[in-house]
Amino acid sequence: MFNSLSDRLNDTFDRLRGKGKLTEADITSAMRDIRMALLEADVNYKVVKDFVAKTKERCLTAEVLESLSPAQNVVKIVLDELIELLGATESKLVLSSRIPNVIMLVGLQGSGKTTAAVKLAYMLKKQGKSPLLAACDVYRPAAADQLATLGGEIGVPVFRGDGKNPVEIARASIREAVDHMRDVVIVDTAGRLQIDEQMMQEAVDIKKAVKPDQVLMVVDAMTGQDIVNVVSTFAERTDFDGVIISKLDGDARGGGALSVRQVTGKPIKFVSMGEKPESLEVFNPERMAKRILGMGDVIGIIEKAQEMADAEQIEAAERMLREGFTMNDMLEQMRAVKKMGGMKGILGMLPGGQRALNQMGGNLDESVFERNEAMIMSMTKEEREKPSIINGQRRARIARGSGTTPADVNALMKQWGEMNKMMGKMRSMTQQMACGGKKGKKGKKGKKMRMPGIPGMGGMNMNQLMGGANPFGGASGGSEMDMLRAMEQQMRNKR
Amino acid sequence: MGFFDALSRGLERSREALNEVFYFGGEVDEDFWETLEDTLVMGDMGAEIAMQVTDDLRDEAARKNLRTARQLRRALSERLSRVFVRPDRDIFRDTPSCVLFVGINGAGKTTTVGKIASDMAHRGKKVVIGSADTFRAAAIEQLDVWGTRAGVPVVKRERGSDPASVCYDVLDEADRLGSDLVLIDTAGRLHTSPELMRELAKVVKVTRKRAEQMKRGPMAVHVVLVIDAATGQNGLNQALEFNDALGLDGIIMTKLDGTAKGGIALAVASRLKLPIYRVGVGEQVHDLQEFDPDDFARALVGEE
Repeated sequence: MFNSLSDRLNDTFDRLRGKGKLTEADITSAMRDIRMALLEADVNYKVVKDFVAKTKERCLTAEVLESLSPAQNVVKIVLDELIELLGATESKLVLSSRIPNVIMLVGLQGSGKTTAAVKLAYMLKKQGKSPLLAACDVYRPAAADQLATLGGEIGVPVFRGDGKNPVEIARASIREAVDHMRDVVIVDTAGRLQIDEQMMQEAVDIKKAVKPDQVLMVVDAMTGQDIVNVVSTFAERTDFDGVIISKLDGDARGGGALSVRQVTGKPIKFVSMGEKPESLEVFNPERMAKRILGMGDVIGIIEKAQEMADAEQIEAAERMLREGFTMNDMLEQMRAVKKMGGMKGILGMLPGGQRALNQMGGNLDESVFERNEAMIMSMTKEEREKPSIINGQRRARIARGSGTTPADVNALMKQWGEMNKMMGKMRSMTQQMACGGKKGKKGKKGKKMRMPGIPGMGGMNMNQLMGGANPFGGASGGSEMDMLRAMEQQMRNKR
Repeated sequence: MGFFDALSRGLERSREALNEVFYFGGEVDEDFWETLEDTLVMGDMGAEIAMQVTDDLRDEAARKNLRTARQLRRALSERLSRVFVRPDRDIFRDTPSCVLFVGINGAGKTTTVGKIASDMAHRGKKVVIGSADTFRAAAIEQLDVWGTRAGVPVVKRERGSDPASVCYDVLDEADRLGSDLVLIDTAGRLHTSPELMRELAKVVKVTRKRAEQMKRGPMAVHVVLVIDAATGQNGLNQALEFNDALGLDGIIMTKLDGTAKGGIALAVASRLKLPIYRVGVGEQVHDLQEFDPDDFARALVGEE
């Protein structure tokens, strides 16, 4: 998401970086690029105009122009302004002490209200609440069926009422919630155009009937310039409290999201990024702004990895240290990487990763994962636990069994060898630490070390991939968690 | 209500914006061109096309000595309408024909299939609907309701089954019934998901193959991208990706009854040279109308 915008801004700043000192003309030219990029990203025309004017003014101060690194300063200013535009602080769902709490969703047709309602319900359920979904879309055929099916899948009851009068259904759903001890009601309404007076009035009536604690507007990330007209009317009529941006898992640059906050002053609370019920994330303006500027989303990766790393995996890591790295561990790791969105997903979140990806033609051969998996699956139990016993004959058999060539098996073995070596080093390091030695300082060891920690990357040199900077420092091997923590550390040091 | 009137009503706001541009004191100056360009950008046609159109118009104005608002307005609407490709046939009336509807989530595919089925059944065509959206909850039920309303059979399988097999079934059924028009709804998907795009490519392939072996002779298969008029510049990516994966035949634009200007249609049409088969200007069945580039441009520019 937002990739193209960050690409463009990166190009602009690469040009600025080449110069020691910036002139007013340089700034003007950079601002023109930024304006164009923002427009192509569907940021509203008026918002762009204000943004560029404000940013330019800040960039033209003597402090910036005469500083030692003017380009960095410009980047920082653009980033600051962007964060501000997106809303400076994280804004979460505000629930009151009233039981039941009521959340009402509004939006245009096809913006993703029903999906968002289910995701919200799922999130609340995970937080220990007992939500109830109210199906108030009586217009679109089978809309209530859709909600009922999805509600059934996540184990949240759906109230359908008489299926005729949306205001009545909403009102009755509150009684239903009280009767059945549900503490949050999520009211899913029909999609409506902001110029449809009758339908807008209906939304107002539902709001009056249930007095929601939160009214959330669902906005499609792909919406163009018209978003301003849409959200301002909805803000005026329904006075919503916040926004959910949907379909951000596509490649829409989502500039509309930037405009919403600016035009209505309402915060963006969540972003919805996939088809699964758990793919609703709390909106984080700083992270988003950094991503826009191609500064990576390291925190995002760590959070994601943390989610994936359960107690079982930590135990596995400890066992690996004790007993060495087996093919089973390698398989686990590959699957974990896959779960996090594959190499492409992870790289895309790294600082500069998106650019590295683009330089490689935007494609990473993820089929390596499948090939490696097939090879490991073709090994015997013994071979997987003790890969060192795999000889030429066994390699040939594994290649036949997995539909690969012996050369592929060799590559896999080599990767395993390197990782096992790393594991050995880690072992001695942790032993040193355990023996009361000084705390092993990360980043001290082996600056030029290749990064074999991620299986499936073949012989890809991470140094080359990351454009010269070695983001992994001295962290090596081990679990992805260690690697990611080290990366984050490195990022912090850099700043 | 005719297409032009419906559009004019829908595009009222953008016309207001352009009216302001054209309300100049008789002098065509630098400001005029800049404001015109900005106004076009606000219509979602993309900064690139907006600049190109403005530059072209500028040249033309200089060459032909156009000075009045009326002259410039006409030149602009002509320039815009030239961007569009005219379809060489109407894929819904010119039967036998099989049409697959593809697009991202929430674009309006299912509703469009329902409306076209009603409209064509009303015009005496023998229509059959295939429900190949086996993913979204209640998509099949939604289409079923449309089928009942239109009095058209709907071929379906349970949710979660292979969409390509539904296509095969619906063509079997069309063979049995001797249908003229087969409309197939597919699950919405983001063009950035390679797996889902591959699945769709298979659906199209299977449909094409089966359609060749119809008893009454081969049936032409058309793949139509349904796109929301409010879509911004990402619409171009959508169209490019869907076209790469499937080979599109044309576009249907929905939800032009809001305040969105639908400028993305211009961007897509000019980039991919694809015709626009229908435009949705309202909720009713008859609001899904045939697209007339001249009317669209005239309504957009507000030519009287």
